[in-house]
Amino acid sequence: MRAIPLKLIEDLRNLNVSRPLRFMEVCGTHTVNICRFGLRSIFPKNVELRSGPGCPVCVTPASAIKIGVDLALSFEKTIVLTYGDMMKVPGPTMTLADAKARGGRILSVYSVVEAIDLAEKERDFKIVFLGVGFETTAPSSAWAIKEAKRRNLKNFFLASFHKLIPPALEILASERTLDGFLCPGHVSTIIGLKPYEEISKRHKIPCVISGFEAEDIIIAMLKLIEMAEKKEYMAFNAYKRAVKEKGNIKAQELLKEVFEEEDTEWRGLGIIPKSGLKIKEEFSDFDAKIAFKIKDESVKDIPGCKCGEVLKGQIYPYECPLFGNSCTPEQPVGPCMISSEGSCAAYYRYGGLIEP
Amino acid sequence: MCLAVPHRIVRVDGNEAIAEIGSIKKKVRLDLLEDVRIGDYVLIHAGFAIEKLSVEEAEDILDAWKEIEEAQNEG
Ligand code: SF4
Repeated sequence: MRAIPLKLIEDLRNLNVSRPLRFMEVCGTHTVNICRFGLRSIFPKNVELRSGPGCPVCVTPASAIKIGVDLALSFEKTIVLTYGDMMKVPGPTMTLADAKARGGRILSVYSVVEAIDLAEKERDFKIVFLGVGFETTAPSSAWAIKEAKRRNLKNFFLASFHKLIPPALEILASERTLDGFLCPGHVSTIIGLKPYEEISKRHKIPCVISGFEAEDIIIAMLKLIEMAEKKEYMAFNAYKRAVKEKGNIKAQELLKEVFEEEDTEWRGLGIIPKSGLKIKEEFSDFDAKIAFKIKDESVKDIPGCKCGEVLKGQIYPYECPLFGNSCTPEQPVGPCMISSEGSCAAYYRYGGLIEP
Repeated sequence: MCLAVPHRIVRVDGNEAIAEIGSIKKKVRLDLLEDVRIGDYVLIHAGFAIEKLSVEEAEDILDAWKEIEEAQNEG
């Protein structure tokens, strides 16, 4: 591990903070690294950093898993593909991994490109890709739809469960319990600064975009504390090497071309207006929800699991009664313990039992 | 899942490229960026290059990235 300059640690620890401040790191990869580097132990005393909803697998509702399971088990000559993290997420009846064990055709892949290539090779099969993820991932799904059209693949379908980060921040900010957001670096690579600027102004809350190294996060926290103290309600980019002010315009255009916004359900957070990406009518031939007549029905959350409260930053993972008892990475109960970016998994692996 | 990892482009063929990190080579797509060339450092996410990085910065953060990726894969 690279050594963190001592001066930075001292700067942060010795910072004078006039009132208790509660921030939120939105991104699951930030949560993992903050736990891994033990950064909560060097924050000034009255500064708190809660973990947020930025683990795409965790916020994908159980209904999405049900759709994947149904597609793989009830339709002939259909192959379901999705990202590996999705396989063990509990659905109302079973996980995708369980459905696979029962003979369902389900493959986990690294990229949607593999789904396009498979559709080209296996023309007799219907290939359905379960698209999850935020703005970082959604452009690749948009590309896949355009590519399927270009290659004239009539057997490729996308079930879009993609979600947008700013509408979720909007909801969290409006609850007025937070004093600032540590914003997700790679979502920001795509969307740029503007969405955060609007949220900052509207809700009087500072936003700082951070990279993923310990140094990046410390610098971003220093800035966030300073802005909160000075009541500077704006967006600051502390990850300039990867985030341009306007974001990735080509990716933004691709998203606009293929998708439109719709209200969608987040596990634990409920329905958030205009936070989902639906395939536009022009590309509806590739929409799995239309081709397979899928109804998006809300299903009940897992009994006892407090993922919803964890994802909203209302409780720390160790405040869930199941944490470390009946819920561990080996025997997970909820998605926050299953996903490699889930808050419960991060706190469990890297000493989340110690109070910050 | 929103993890994107810096790679160096070692071959370009239209919108397809080979990118490497350490000794690992990967086929990636360049459709989300303009003008990617051999030697460029890019952030790779789910098989796509999503942004270019300047050379010094990329080299500086590569080591740290490798550790982060390893840690996440341990799960
Ligand atoms: S510890 Fe387990 S049961 Fe509790 S909130 Fe986390 S994932 Fe859910």
